[in-house]
Amino acid sequence: MTSEAATIGLTHGGSEDTGLGHRGPQSKGIVVPYGFWLFVLSDIVLFSTLFATYASLAHATDGGPGAAQLFDRNLVAVETIALLLSSFVCGLAMIAAKRANMVWTQAWLVLTGLLGLVFLSIELYEFTSMISEGAGPQRSAFLSSFFTLVGCHGAHVTAGLLWIGTMMAQIWAKGFRQDIVRRLLCLSIFWHALDIVWVAIFTIVYLIGTLP
Amino acid sequence: MTEADPEGLNVAPGAPHDSLVSETISYVIGLGLALLLTGVSFWVASTSLLWGPGIAVGLVVLAIAQMGIHLVFFLHITSGPDNTNNVLALAFGVLIVLLVMIGTIWIMAHLAANMGPPEALTNLQMQH
Repeated sequence: MTSEAATIGLTHGGSEDTGLGHRGPQSKGIVVPYGFWLFVLSDIVLFSTLFATYASLAHATDGGPGAAQLFDRNLVAVETIALLLSSFVCGLAMIAAKRANMVWTQAWLVLTGLLGLVFLSIELYEFTSMISEGAGPQRSAFLSSFFTLVGCHGAHVTAGLLWIGTMMAQIWAKGFRQDIVRRLLCLSIFWHALDIVWVAIFTIVYLIGTLP
Repeated sequence: MTEADPEGLNVAPGAPHDSLVSETISYVIGLGLALLLTGVSFWVASTSLLWGPGIAVGLVVLAIAQMGIHLVFFLHITSGPDNTNNVLALAFGVLIVLLVMIGTIWIMAHLAANMGPPEALTNLQMQH
């Protein structure tokens, strides 16, 4: 009787019920990346406000230069491919890390970081050349929102690069401990999410903005 | 790798599978499709063969498709029962993003349309 009653939930049946379901809480290997996934999604919500601002102000050029004069699609294509390859290589690093392969993990992470650096260098080149042409963030509401949106993405990439370096050092010093690999998984989620945001940026800002 | 869920009921976003081959193939397919969609986007934006007013909409559709590719092949978001939590969180995120973006663009476009030019305001004051 007791076992049957326990099955249908009429009694505790002497079980060690934690109140969190009969299995207890999820393992850290699930909870930590899931929590980080929630952070990444809220980060994307933050970007959506910047996109909305940009879309509202895209034509508020105040007589200054507009998107069609300022943006170079070839440069953006190189940026896009660099970041996409970086995201792909980051996945390869995760595959190597799952097999606890030190050499390949470090090699793929270096390549991830270098491709991210290529992206960031092109972006900084674009920013400095725009500012030197007098098209800085003070020029118009369009440019303020442009620098806020794309600059915020660039700041995320910068933080990601620092994180990649940190993770390489941690894997090197501490090996493939469970907590270290959890951090690495969070890094890969972050890096993939940055590429998703970039897809929206190159489409809305650079391609739609420069349509004839 | 991270300690697995003992009963396999949930999977973390971005967590690699067990099979080296299927995992690598997933990333290669994702890269191929993403490169294809990126190429099509840049082509659509620069060609004169397509109907002009439809290009912006087409680019947005291509971008959404590419985001889906990234989610499925890079972040391993699936429709399986072990992914329910990830998908629900994603759905909520998408809801907020759509509300913020569509709401803002809609409201600000109407605001701009209903605000007369500065001259009209001064003229009103002159009429007194």
